Amino acid sequence: MGNCKIKNNIRTLRFMANEMTQQELAERTGVTRQTIVAIENGKYSPTLELAFRIAHIFNTPLQDVFSVDPDDLVLKKK
Amino acid sequence: MEPKMPRKERQIIATTITLLAVVFIYGYIIYKKYILENPELVYNLEFWGRKFFLMIPIMIGSLIILMIIFAIVNKILTNQDMETMTDEMDKLIELKALKISRWSTNICFLLAIGSQAIGKEPWVMMAVLVISCFAGAIVEAIAKIYYYKKGV
Repeated sequence: MGNCKIKNNIRTLRFMANEMTQQELAERTGVTRQTIVAIENGKYSPTLELAFRIAHIFNTPLQDVFSVDPDDLVLKKK
Repeated sequence: MEPKMPRKERQIIATTITLLAVVFIYGYIIYKKYILENPELVYNLEFWGRKFFLMIPIMIGSLIILMIIFAIVNKILTNQDMETMTDEMDKLIELKALKISRWSTNICFLLAIGSQAIGKEPWVMMAVLVISCFAGAIVEAIAKIYYYKKGV
């Protein structure tokens, strides 16, 4: 597995959702606030299930919440 | 008021310090009460076995008391109920930390066996085994804090 950096727009989406707090998002997705903080800061890449749950809460497609640089997806031969 | 260090990291540090404190105090009591009076006991593996078995319920009891104190202090400081939930990130960190701690315990175990291979007394092996368990616990705690801070 490569180290591809997954970016996210959760901070922006929270702002647009009436400044939803991290705690509220955590409660609605069933994780701790610390996990939401880690995801927002790019320190943790969520599982697909959690990623879909976050996208569902913001009523937006997954690719609008999480994105990745296409160059990072190309496997480099050693 | 939100403390600067996240609750999970504080809890890991508190648990590790409690474990170490219990081991040191228990070891000191055993030394003072039994070994000083009868130094021959260090060669008695039955004595070591019994004392180690007794240590397990003492440690479990200490950790339960610590959790109660921790929850009370947490409530006073942050006015929030203690979160007991573990989510996917916690489980991933737990697994990674456990993997690292297993290696440190394995190395200490080899040292314990090695002490017998070079002809040391059996109590040296027992002492190294106990130290290896706690070295593993400390390494696990450090690994968890590292992953919580750096990300996983």
